[in-house]
Amino acid sequence: MSEIVIPYRTEPHPLTGVTSGKLGIWLFLASEVMLFGALFSSYVLLRVGAAEGTWPTGVEAGLNVPIGTFNTLVLITSSITMVMSWASLKMGNPGAFKRYMGATIALGMLFLVVKGFEYSGKFHHGIFPATGWPGASDPSTFYGFYFTITGLHALHVFLGILVNIWLLVWGLALYKTEPERFAGRVEISGLYWHFVDLVWIFLFPLLYLL
Amino acid sequence: MSESHAKLGFLRSYVFSTDHKVIGIQYGITALLFLFFGLCLMMMMRWQLAYPGEAIPIIGGLLGETLVDDGAMLPSFYNSLGAMHGTIMVFMGIVPLAVGAFGNYIVPLQIGAPDMAFPRLNMASYQAFVIGGLVMLSSFFLPGGAASSGWTSYAPLSVTATTGQTFWLIGMIFLIASSLLGAINFIVTIIHLRAEGLTFFRLPFFIWSQLVTAFLLLLAFPPLQVAAIFQLMDRLADTSFFMPTGLVSGGDPVAAVGGGSPLLWQHLFWFLAHPEVYVLILPGMGIVAEVIANNSRKPLWGYRPMVYSLLFLGFMSFCVWAHHMYMTGMGTTMSTFFQITTMIISIPSVIILTCLVISLWGASIRFPVPMLFALAFLPMFGIGGLTGLPLGLAAPDAHFHDTYYVIGHFHYVVAPGTIFAMFAGIYHWYPKVTGRQMNVPLGKLHFWLSFVFMNGIFMPMMFEGMAGVSRRLFDPTVYEIGAAVHGLTTMSSWSAWLLALSQIPFIINFFMSMRKKERAEENPWQATTLEWATSTPPPHGNFVEPPVVYSGPYEYSVPGASSDFSPQFIKQES
Repeated sequence: MSEIVIPYRTEPHPLTGVTSGKLGIWLFLASEVMLFGALFSSYVLLRVGAAEGTWPTGVEAGLNVPIGTFNTLVLITSSITMVMSWASLKMGNPGAFKRYMGATIALGMLFLVVKGFEYSGKFHHGIFPATGWPGASDPSTFYGFYFTITGLHALHVFLGILVNIWLLVWGLALYKTEPERFAGRVEISGLYWHFVDLVWIFLFPLLYLL
Repeated sequence: MSESHAKLGFLRSYVFSTDHKVIGIQYGITALLFLFFGLCLMMMMRWQLAYPGEAIPIIGGLLGETLVDDGAMLPSFYNSLGAMHGTIMVFMGIVPLAVGAFGNYIVPLQIGAPDMAFPRLNMASYQAFVIGGLVMLSSFFLPGGAASSGWTSYAPLSVTATTGQTFWLIGMIFLIASSLLGAINFIVTIIHLRAEGLTFFRLPFFIWSQLVTAFLLLLAFPPLQVAAIFQLMDRLADTSFFMPTGLVSGGDPVAAVGGGSPLLWQHLFWFLAHPEVYVLILPGMGIVAEVIANNSRKPLWGYRPMVYSLLFLGFMSFCVWAHHMYMTGMGTTMSTFFQITTMIISIPSVIILTCLVISLWGASIRFPVPMLFALAFLPMFGIGGLTGLPLGLAAPDAHFHDTYYVIGHFHYVVAPGTIFAMFAGIYHWYPKVTGRQMNVPLGKLHFWLSFVFMNGIFMPMMFEGMAGVSRRLFDPTVYEIGAAVHGLTTMSSWSAWLLALSQIPFIINFFMSMRKKERAEENPWQATTLEWATSTPPPHGNFVEPPVVYSGPYEYSVPGASSDFSPQFIKQES
């Protein structure tokens, strides 16, 4: 590819104060807010419209709050290690970056593994997305929401892990030639990762506690 | 830069290119093909409507027996054609042409940028569009045929429909992903890559229209993504987001869990699909504004009010979606709210249209082919917009809802409206893309025939609708009202087929003009905007020297200037 120099890849634009990549990820996150906003709104709409006594709380439906709490802590910790990995790069310490990034990836995977155990436990008890809550006279879509929303969130976590693995294994080569640009990439991945974390912070009480 | 471009292989230059100009052309060709395909689907439907139960001539014998019976169309096939005509025209024809093609090709040139902000993302969004399009097309070959629940895919009908609906949903998810990536790219490009001196209020109106369109795509599409995922779950995992408790279909109870709400689909769908209406029309308005300013040789009248109206329009388009749902029994309180917002949103559209009309006042207007299309856009969009007002009020909507009046109304906005704007854009920027001018007599022939037949199709629909003919009928003559206005239906159908024939001069013109020996001038329209600051066609990287902007976009007939146009990129001696 012949080199066309597209400006504001590494230097911030004077008007917005950020690089193009960062503006792009913020816009992407805005669309993600609309995505999860629509999911949450649909949940509210159907729950409010459900007949009296047909919508279970998370505990009534059989969700395990301690496991959910543990997973929440796992994700929050991974957000911290994500920030640390970026900060290590900015302080010129690629070794620490590798350790923290590795920890972020491992914690993300731990989250998915725990989630997988939760899912398989549900399947084991014959609970599927199409399962209405058995305790009520009229069926509800509680488990439909549970599997759809947490499934989409898990997909987001999975994609974040893939990006982080790419940054750790292949992307790091860029650090030698353009450290600022690489740090920018890690920051962008980090913004996404924090967003995914934040979504879970809303999901956990919505599904498990309310 | 152009030397190294020549080194790239064929695949990298034309198929997997990251150059916004190549991607723009790819989008343009693909979208024109889809538009043509959508037109063909519609022509088959028009046969069934004009001559119900008769064998389709020529192609009737070629179609499989799941589609036709002795050459005559089966109702299920008619439903597929209706659903796919809408889907293809909206999501695979107009949007890719207006945003993908014109946006990609023109935006970086008009803001003086070397390329889009994210060239590889740009390529990915085109590829996602192609995959989505192929998934949609392949659904025609499924047992049970393509999606047949209307382009709106209302639940629960769509949930219990054949496999074609699943393909429709998967195709939509790809098309949505493509639009999202594109939208991010456009917004960042317009905000970050403007040339030196090109402040926001020196941006051509076309750029503003693309910016607002990109925001609409960015924020309105995710809810439809959610709706598509819910419907996929309903279809594949037997959930019941859209399936109410105790649903009975054809006398038999449907084996669904229940607890869902069919209205939820409509809310999610129209939350996208109303902003989508503005996605369809705003780029068209942008193109028309460019062409009118250029050919009236005057600055646009009221450029700033137009921009403010555009921004307000973009915002308000998120607050009117339930005016599609007055008949669902959602209640008078909701209807009142959405009637008020709907009346409010008509104001900025009227401001923009009025500004465009006043721009013509006192001008010495040139009439090249693009200007003809742009001028025709004004009354056609006017008819489309004004016939929308009765639909925006709940009381008249009770009569008009789901009749041919609705079809006539929105086709006036999108077909002689947006499509004419697209043609204006093609004739206007063809010399920029190919370095050749299009043939004028063929262009004028194309314009006048299209103009007559477009009205021949859609004007009768208004009267059919007022008579009360429902839009979804396979054979309208089974009812007295349908039989009474059957002459209008036939007129519509003949106009549709003649409209298709009127595109032949365009197709000939489009391909023959490319092979002309005679090159177009560098700035054939004596235009002021930045896309004419570089050579024609532009080299890889667009500008040899980054352009600098000294003035507003429409400095035509400046008093005391040496010529009647003062380009943005040339410093004027004062």
